[in-house]
Amino acid sequence: MLYAILCYHMEDVVGAWSPTHDEAVMAQLGAVRDDLAARGRLGLSARLLPTTTAVTLRKDREPPLLVDGPFAETKEQLLGFYLVDCDDLDDVVATARELARANPGGCYEIRPVADIWKSNGVHGAGA
Amino acid sequence: MTDPDWIDAALVSARPQAMAALLRYFRDLDTAEEAYQDACLRALKSWPEKGPPRDPTAWLILVGRNSGVDAGRKRSRQTALPSDDVLTDLAAGLDDAETALAERLDGADYRDDILRLLFVCCHPDLPATQQIGLALRIVSGLSVRQIARAFLVGESAMEQRITRAKARVAKGDTPFEAPSPTERAERLLTVMAMVYLVFNEGYSAGGVEAGARRPLCHEALRLSRLLLRLFPAEPEVMGLTALMLLQHARSPARLDADGLIVLLEDQDRGRWDKAMIAEGLAMIDKAMRHRQPGPYQVQAAIAALHARAERQQDTDWTQIDQLYAALERMTPSPVVSLNRAVAVSKVAGPQAALEMIAPLEERLAGYFHFHGLKGALNLQLGRDDVAREAFQQAIALAGGAAEAAHIRQHLDRLQADGQKNRNAVSEG
Repeated sequence: MLYAILCYHMEDVVGAWSPTHDEAVMAQLGAVRDDLAARGRLGLSARLLPTTTAVTLRKDREPPLLVDGPFAETKEQLLGFYLVDCDDLDDVVATARELARANPGGCYEIRPVADIWKSNGVHGAGA
Repeated sequence: MTDPDWIDAALVSARPQAMAALLRYFRDLDTAEEAYQDACLRALKSWPEKGPPRDPTAWLILVGRNSGVDAGRKRSRQTALPSDDVLTDLAAGLDDAETALAERLDGADYRDDILRLLFVCCHPDLPATQQIGLALRIVSGLSVRQIARAFLVGESAMEQRITRAKARVAKGDTPFEAPSPTERAERLLTVMAMVYLVFNEGYSAGGVEAGARRPLCHEALRLSRLLLRLFPAEPEVMGLTALMLLQHARSPARLDADGLIVLLEDQDRGRWDKAMIAEGLAMIDKAMRHRQPGPYQVQAAIAALHARAERQQDTDWTQIDQLYAALERMTPSPVVSLNRAVAVSKVAGPQAALEMIAPLEERLAGYFHFHGLKGALNLQLGRDDVAREAFQQAIALAGGAAEAAHIRQHLDRLQADGQKNRNAVSEG
C-alpha cells in the first residue's frame, strides 16, 4: 500500500540549523532513503523551499484569489514529503520511525494514498 | 539530534519574537535582555529533563517576564505586585498560561513587536556598524565574540561599541505605541536597509576575511525571512530576500583558492548554490506579480538574469541595461549609473560605456570601481596607457587585499604585454 509521509517541523527552527548540521541531517536521511530505494519501497520524495516562497490560490470564490504565503499560519509547517510503498500501518510507522531517528524534531503525518496518477513529464524531468 | 543541538536551534529561532515581546513588556533593552537570558538558562536546565515545551517561544516569554519582574522587585526593594495579567498567568499555571500567551502571540501584536525590536537597533544617531552590531547582538543573539570575529575587531572593542549603542538607544524615546500604517512602512524600510547592510558586511569580504564574515550573510537571510513572515505580501521584502539569496548563491564561486575575487563573468557557474537560486527566483517571481516595483526588486531582477544565464555569454544584457535604467530613475546615484555602464558596454560597446561614465568622474574620483571599470574599458579599446593609469588609481583606492590583487593582475598583464610588444618591435 502506498503512503505519504508528510514532514512537519517549525520552519524557523530548521532555518536556525547551522549549515553543517543541515548537511549532517540530510546525509542521515539520505542513508534511510537509499535503503528504502534499494528495497524498491521509495517513490517520489522532496524537500520543499521555505513557506516564504509559497503562494496560495484561494479557490473558494470566483475568480480565485492568489495570496502570498502558505495556506494557513501554523506553528509547524509542511517542509517535505515521501511516498513509500509499505505492507501495512505497522510497516509504514516503522519506516517513519527510521526517518525520525535520522531527523528528530517536528512530526510526520502518515496518510495512505488513495490514487496515484502517473503522467509524463514532471516526475523524471527535474533535477 | 542531540539535546543541546535541539535546544540551541529552538533558542536561536525563538529569540527575535521573545526579545521583542519582553522589550514591549519592560520597555527597556537591558532588562529585556537580562530577562531573556535568565529564561534561556532556565530552559537549558528544564528542557532536557522535562522535554521541550509545546511552544518554546511562549515558554521563554513567560519565564522571562516572571524573572524580569522578580529582578525588578529585588532591585527596587519594592513590594508592589506584578501586574494583573502576570498574576493571572501564574495562577493559571504555566501550561495554561503558555497556551493563552501563544494565542495572543498569534495576534497582530507580535509583528509590531519584532519590527520595533529591529527598529530600535536602527537609531539614526548610531553609525551603521553600531546598528549592525546591536542588531546581531539583540535580535540574532550572536555572542559579542562572534560579532567581533565577523567585524575583525577585538572582543572588548566590540563590547564597548555595543554598550555605547545600547546606551544611546536607552536615552532615546523608543516608540512603544502601535505605529500608524505610514510609520510602519517607514520602519520597515529602515530595517530592510539595515538587514542589507548586515548582508553586505558579510558578502563584500574577500580573502581570509571571507570565512569569518560568512555568518553575517546567513544572519541577514534569517532576518529577511523573518520580515517576510511578518509582511508576507510586501513585494520589496520579497525583493530584498531574493536579492540576497541570488547574490549569496554565487559565494562558492566568488573567490579563488587564494581568496581573490573572481569576476561574475569568470565564475564557475556550476558551483553556484542551486537551491538558493531556486528560492531566489521563486521569490522574485512572486514579488513581480504585485506590479509595485522598487529598488530591491529591480536589483533582484538583475541578479536573477545573471542566475538564469547558464553561461556568461547567455546573459541578457539588454534587459539588464533596462533594469539599471529603471533603478537610475528610482534611486539616482552615480554608482547605479556606473553599474549600468557595464551593461551598456556589453550591449553597445566599450566606447559608449566610456562616454556614459565620463560625467561621473568628478563624483566618483575616490571610488575604486570607477577606476577599475575605466581601466577595463580602455583596455578593451587598446588604450593601454590610459588603462594603466586608471588601474593604478584603482589600486590606490582598493578597499581590501582581494580588490587590489584583482587590479594587480590587469597591471601585470599590461606590463607583460608591453614587454612582449617591445621585444617584438626590437626583434622585427
